[in-house]
Amino acid sequence: MTANAAHEGKISMLRTRAVFGLGMAVALLTTTAPLAFAQNLADAQVLRIGNGSEPQTLDPQISENTQDSHIERDLYEGLVVIDKDGKVAPGQAESWTLSPDGLTYTFKLRAGLKWSDGTPLTADDFVYSWQRSVDPATGSKYSFLFYPIKNAEDIANAKNKDIKSLGVRAVDPQTFEVTLKAPTGYFLKLIGHARFLPVNKAAITKFGPQFTRPGNLVTNGAFMLKEWTPQSRIVAVKNPNYWDAANVKLSEVDYYPIENQNEELKRYRAGELDVTNEVPSDQVDFIRKDLPGELKIVPYLGSYYMGFNLEKPPFKDNLKLRQALSMVIDREAIVSKITKTGEQPAYSWVPPGIAGYQSQFVDWKDMPMPERIAKAKELYKEAGYGPDKPLNLEIMYNTSENHKKIMIAIAAMMKQALGVNVTLVNQEFKVFLETRKEKKATQLFRAGWIADYADPNTFAELLQSDAGLNDMGYNNPEYDKLVKTAALTVDPEKRALMLADAEKLVVHDLPMMPIYDYVNKRLVKPYVQGFDLNILGYFYSKNVSIAKH
Amino acid sequence: MLSFVAKRLLGAVPTLFVIITIAFFMIRLAPGGPFDSERAVPPEIQENLNRVYHLDQPLVGQYWLYLKSVLGGNFGPSFSYKDYSVTELIWSGFPVSMELGLTAVFLAVLIGGSLGALAALKQNRSADYTIMTAAMTGITIPNFVMAPLLTLVLGVYLRVLPVGGWGDGHELKYKILPVVALALPQIAYVSRLTRGSMIEVLRSNFIRTARAKGLSEWLTVTRHAARAAFLPVVSYLGPACAGIITGSVVIEQIFSIPGIGRYFIQGALNRDYTLVMGVVIFYGVLIIVFNLIVDVLYGVLDPKLAHR
Repeated sequence: MTANAAHEGKISMLRTRAVFGLGMAVALLTTTAPLAFAQNLADAQVLRIGNGSEPQTLDPQISENTQDSHIERDLYEGLVVIDKDGKVAPGQAESWTLSPDGLTYTFKLRAGLKWSDGTPLTADDFVYSWQRSVDPATGSKYSFLFYPIKNAEDIANAKNKDIKSLGVRAVDPQTFEVTLKAPTGYFLKLIGHARFLPVNKAAITKFGPQFTRPGNLVTNGAFMLKEWTPQSRIVAVKNPNYWDAANVKLSEVDYYPIENQNEELKRYRAGELDVTNEVPSDQVDFIRKDLPGELKIVPYLGSYYMGFNLEKPPFKDNLKLRQALSMVIDREAIVSKITKTGEQPAYSWVPPGIAGYQSQFVDWKDMPMPERIAKAKELYKEAGYGPDKPLNLEIMYNTSENHKKIMIAIAAMMKQALGVNVTLVNQEFKVFLETRKEKKATQLFRAGWIADYADPNTFAELLQSDAGLNDMGYNNPEYDKLVKTAALTVDPEKRALMLADAEKLVVHDLPMMPIYDYVNKRLVKPYVQGFDLNILGYFYSKNVSIAKH
Repeated sequence: MLSFVAKRLLGAVPTLFVIITIAFFMIRLAPGGPFDSERAVPPEIQENLNRVYHLDQPLVGQYWLYLKSVLGGNFGPSFSYKDYSVTELIWSGFPVSMELGLTAVFLAVLIGGSLGALAALKQNRSADYTIMTAAMTGITIPNFVMAPLLTLVLGVYLRVLPVGGWGDGHELKYKILPVVALALPQIAYVSRLTRGSMIEVLRSNFIRTARAKGLSEWLTVTRHAARAAFLPVVSYLGPACAGIITGSVVIEQIFSIPGIGRYFIQGALNRDYTLVMGVVIFYGVLIIVFNLIVDVLYGVLDPKLAHR
């Protein structure tokens, strides 16, 4: 199987709400004909972008957060990249093949690859980096992403002390070979994750924990680190040694860690930022009116949901009650009146939009609200509750104004339709996580999940009975079996069908109720060209240019 | 004087020890840990992380380990900003906060002090009323209202000053708004304090003596009255300085300034044990030092207080 025969179809669900004027049309054209429009480019090719909070680290193997990964995808480049359509595309590897048994991937690196210091980059660098990821001494939280690779799990668990036994090897300087534990249908999508980016061994050996500092950091991406002032800004400049440097138009990218969305908006309006990280939802009406065409909304592979604690009453063994509660939530009202930035009402566990996968919806998805409420009332009664014996329910969420608004709406909808008496309890985030995990004090709780890679498996895994994040306590052996078998299936169509069967079980059993699917929302100045967000929220500054303005 | 300072510093050691001990165990009492997130990790990886960061040892053992490393001047690596040590973070943030804070305090003393003195000298006349009304307004408008207002008008609408950021740390234009926002309530407060004590001092016997012996009004006020009238201001400024320098959290957040203030909050929310401990100890030392400075200044300003 070659790169170009990769098994993704076109993302049909990719919706871009914002209407873009000439700027975006030019952007589209420049990506295909970079030179023809060169005269339209501004003199200063600098992108100033809001990046949420201060990155935890720029060491791709240690990083955990999206703000780190955004910068890392500009500084480093992996074997493959996930392009703007969410598809796997060649990165440092120009092509790859998979052995007929589905166990061995062979990646052919591009000729003449170099690190930012000019030294050659070879297959050995990937061997070193991936070994470093699973090495327990590195302390990488995300080493579990490497588990499909042969021996990775045992090495990460320190059961196998021989790091060199990891299933990766350099056949020759330009050929990198990966041996898997078992066939893994989503492997190529997985290695598009920032944890699979290569690091420079010489720099790490020389500088130790200080290797990510400006001046020390050696990277292989389109940009290289120039300045890092914690809590203020990170400046990256164009890397002349990058293989595609001729097509990189930006000379500099500045990342600003701004946590407060209102302050970020102000800096954007004052012309100090070209792209924001977020958009405050209470300002959306103002933005739509006063900054028309600058709001960019793209579906984001993530789900906002409410989990039922299935290990305690009232939800234990009471499917009808769970159904009744889920049916009375008017998701359209929540997204149109509260979140307001194009979020999609959710009726499935896996958000729609993954290429080659059909999300499975609850069967009452298209039922009108009054009918749904009537049906819910019946179910509520059958579950043993009614006007004389109302359900007393506690909803728990982590402290945040936005969550609070949604929880109040949910409580009101339950009260109005079924007469449920709801108490709202909020806890500080880390306390909340702990409470949720214990499964003792919770009944109905808020949760969210963002995909690690563009494949339904990243959602399916979470509901397995032994999954660390299954705070609902969902335990369905049939489901576990389907997800496990699917993971070992190479044929993409068969695999998708199996995962869809698994999802059917979820929407039937309702261990949680989906509320809405996330979107990525940013403000983008009209003169910024080629700033594309894919379904995972990835962008690559190498495709961006600044038009004259 | 020297022995006084030495004695005070020696007395600070047990204080700091108590601060460290209480803070260490309190932050550990909080549920959740530095590696918790919405994405739970497999237990074996959690164990591995704990091992790498020495969190797998018994709490008392960790406490001794921490005390030892603090005595060696090492606050350990930060859990949430993994590329930096806590010492580095504090030293990168503190100069920024100090520059902002000291400028604001300096302005507060200079402007607030002068306005307060002026109001006292013109007591119950229109200048007095104007200054005190302005001061009252300054105190009652919190800086999380004043700062966004300033940025909206001067940054977004007029575009004369940047809304936020710190540039490369040497550009004046980034510093004006935060300093003003930080200084305004202090100016207001100091002017009220100065006015109050100045009015009292102006009625005292030694001022009457000064006037009686024919000293000019200017000399009476600047050389004699101001010195005494400043005592309450100085005692206010000691703890206020430490607070302004380390605790201008709101201002730093609003203007995206890379100071030390936000580490207090983020450290605690992230359960970044080492960072929280680092800033708590640092803040403790700072308060002790500023209180000492205030006591020394008292001796200079007020001859009645002789230190043994």
